[in-house]
Amino acid sequence: MAVPILKQGQYLIATIQDALTDADLQQLRDGLVTQVGRHRSRGVIVDITALDVMDSFAVRTVRDIAHMTRLRGAETVIVGMQPEVALSVVQLGLSLEGVHAALDLEEGLAFLDEQAHVVSGGRPRG
Amino acid sequence: MGDRHPAAQSAGGVAVSRRSGPVSPDEAQEELISVRSDADIVVARQRGRELAARLGFGLTDQTLIATAISELTRNIVLYAQRGRIVLKALRKGGRRGIMVVARDDGPGIPNVEQALQSGFSTSGGLGLGLPGVRRLTDEFDIASAVGRGTTVTVKKWNR
Repeated sequence: MAVPILKQGQYLIATIQDALTDADLQQLRDGLVTQVGRHRSRGVIVDITALDVMDSFAVRTVRDIAHMTRLRGAETVIVGMQPEVALSVVQLGLSLEGVHAALDLEEGLAFLDEQAHVVSGGRPRG
Repeated sequence: MGDRHPAAQSAGGVAVSRRSGPVSPDEAQEELISVRSDADIVVARQRGRELAARLGFGLTDQTLIATAISELTRNIVLYAQRGRIVLKALRKGGRRGIMVVARDDGPGIPNVEQALQSGFSTSGGLGLGLPGVRRLTDEFDIASAVGRGTTVTVKKWNR
């Protein structure tokens, strides 16, 4: 099932709504990387609240999304990881190093706003 | 269901066992899922979660079980293209448990010990992730023979 990608201002928001196959995840990755360019987005939020399992492929794909969008000039934030999912990711020995995470959509947006502020020459990051 | 391929023993397959007392599978609850594509990975882990929930596992354990099944099924798709997952309800004393058997007739694993080493391949992008599956479960058993296939059996007990 495809993940809808919504444009909100200078950000893209992808909300996962159901279990995703590997093909769905790759489609999400490719869609985000493409649309970051199309909309000249500065930030991406991937909402994984509804994701009940994150295995090695999902973790790797999320990492790829973060790294690829960064190369295209947009920061990615993962929001909404369930506590059980966080536990399984850690127990699997997987790392989301280099990937920003926030508790929920609101926190994720706040993080991106702060980043944009820093990038645009606002006050330095505390 | 967790039986090893007889040939796996003689062909130099390495078996790693952590067995405990006898298990009497007095439940008829058993499911077989044939695995052919990445869509079956989702099916297998969802069925596993459902069975775990029926057996009284809490949300955390359900998630750990579903994640282990996802990894095992992914290994089948990645390395053997096709195979099967068997889910089975267990009972030992007063405890309930779940057994997952992932079986394929694929190329086998040349060096099982290496594949079980922590950090091997999970981050490298080649999949496998067997050390991770081992950490997610209570009992872990693997039999693999090059050219004949791989059978991984894991169990998780309800606390």
